[in-house]
Amino acid sequence: MISSDAVLGPDHVPGGPAIRLGGVVKRYGDVAAVNGLDLDVPAGICMGLLGPNGAGKSTTMRMLTAQSRADAGEISVLGFPVPAMSKQARALMGVVPQHDNLDEELTARQNLEVFARLYRVPRRERAAAVDRALELAQLTDRQRSRTVDLSGGMRRRLLIARGLVHAPRAVLLDEPTVGLDPQVRQQLWTLITALRDDGVTVLMSTHYIEEAERLSDEVALMSRGRVIARGRPADLVADHAGVRTEEFYGPPRRLAEVERIAADLGFTTRRTGPSVSVLRAEKITPQARERLGQGEARASHLEDVFVLLTGETVE
Amino acid sequence: MNADADAAVRTPLRTGRPHGPVHRFELAAVAGVWRRELALYRRYWTTTTFASVVEPTIYLLAFGFGFGSLVGVVAGYRYIDFVGTGVVATAVLFTSAFPGMFSTYVRRTFQHTYDGMLSTPVDTHELVTAEATWIAAKSGVYGCAPLLVAMAFGLPPAPTMLLVPLIAFVTGLGFGLFGILVSALVPSINSFDYIISGVLTPLFLVAGTFFPLDQLPPWVAVLAQFNPLYHCVELVRHAVFGPQPLADLGHVGALLLFAALMWVLAVWRMRRKLID
Ligand SMILES: Nc1ncnc2c1ncn2[C@@H]1O[C@H](COP(=O)(O)OP(=O)(O)O)[C@@H](O)[C@H]1O
Ligand SMILES: [Mg+2]
Repeated sequence: MISSDAVLGPDHVPGGPAIRLGGVVKRYGDVAAVNGLDLDVPAGICMGLLGPNGAGKSTTMRMLTAQSRADAGEISVLGFPVPAMSKQARALMGVVPQHDNLDEELTARQNLEVFARLYRVPRRERAAAVDRALELAQLTDRQRSRTVDLSGGMRRRLLIARGLVHAPRAVLLDEPTVGLDPQVRQQLWTLITALRDDGVTVLMSTHYIEEAERLSDEVALMSRGRVIARGRPADLVADHAGVRTEEFYGPPRRLAEVERIAADLGFTTRRTGPSVSVLRAEKITPQARERLGQGEARASHLEDVFVLLTGETVE
Repeated sequence: MNADADAAVRTPLRTGRPHGPVHRFELAAVAGVWRRELALYRRYWTTTTFASVVEPTIYLLAFGFGFGSLVGVVAGYRYIDFVGTGVVATAVLFTSAFPGMFSTYVRRTFQHTYDGMLSTPVDTHELVTAEATWIAAKSGVYGCAPLLVAMAFGLPPAPTMLLVPLIAFVTGLGFGLFGILVSALVPSINSFDYIISGVLTPLFLVAGTFFPLDQLPPWVAVLAQFNPLYHCVELVRHAVFGPQPLADLGHVGALLLFAALMWVLAVWRMRRKLID
């Protein structure tokens, strides 16, 4: 690990973050897609970027490859300042875009061969790198099929393998499982976890709570172009929503009453359609219980934190 | 995911490193883009070749024999030889400006191919250079087809003819880049019709391909100096019928200038489209 740090950029500090964004702003006309974003991604972890559609996740990813240029702020990837030394950073980075841009006319193998060259995999290692990527994507027996003939799940696996063909140090995954069925999603989760276990830094955006919770060592909650909270998923939940949440159902009058009493008792609540959720329900004392009544208890999760902090829902 | 795939992830994954120093302009980046073109070309070379060879041949035969039977000799040459050399420029235009416009547009806007490439260590100027030189290389080859047809009908071979692929390459480079530039300017793929009718057709007609320009009012000859296709036609005729070193230097200069100008403009506009 120490010797291979030599390939990292001039801004790299040993043990420092793999990806760093400070005060980053990106405007499109009047829209601030990213609006003062600060985020450090420690080397070797999987960081989940969780936020609803339009939060600025894809824009952030594109700025990390210099395909989008920030209006303000500082960015570095693997120690290389971006965009100044972005090309060096891109050589060490794998990118899996939100929208599939595979070459449909080419075979699975050819898609990988082209990217092995673009990523400068040396000639003598190229065939082995492509074989390994095919194995990763479980497409070894479909390598001669044209991409247009592959299923949605296969294409997604190929897209991910394409970003890994050069054994990158960091990988950007932009909503890697969106629109896939649960079985394929499960396969990809295994793949992403294995990557992280191998020491690759993973930055993965998602608007699926479960995905962020299951895969990420840390999550950054993103809303309106900013990171509003970050930490280990369990810590975030414990800090903001406690252990348990209780859902109270009933007619509107009853819900209003629950909200009033909970506020009176010092509890945080949120409305979710037909129910009122009372956070930190483990703190409800027997006396409080008499006034509040009994709700349906469940474990608190990241969605509770997200709604609490932003007033928005994620999914 | 099964155990095999897990093992595949774990094996040599920490090797990612830039292979050699990274420069502003790298042949390796260009070669990577060519690799994709080659894979596509291998799949489609029959149709590409058919279209690229048959179309100019039809022009050649139609004009060569159609008009040829009426005019016989033009500017001191058999008309079929006159047209055979002129149609080289037509073939170059068809095989460069059109892919430059259509393929580039489709790949950028519909297939997002370039977005994928720019997330690797490839920059816009390398991408544009790679696409344009690939197009130019095809023009260099297909541009010779009309000459071969003309030879089959009696055009005497000359050693300087070996320069024709080079002339076709340089012209194809300029027009390929012109197509790429236009692809980054038009609001939609339908707008190419304006460029074809408004720009390419006039260039194609007033290049001395089918009739000598000295038959026309003098201001046409002045305008022709600004038509890269005219310089291509002149160079090809000289390569076939006998070089005129001084004039040819000027023609080569004009084509190189055209290509250089188009490169700068194409890179500039493509960067604006691909990087936001
Ligand atoms: N190229 C663009 N032009 C104009 N607006 C854009 C562009 N890209 C993104 N946006 C806007 O920026 C905001 C953030 O978008 P995006 O980064 O795609 O969010 P996410 O990936 O989190 O869904 C959205 O309001 C989106 O409409
Ligand atoms: Mg997005």
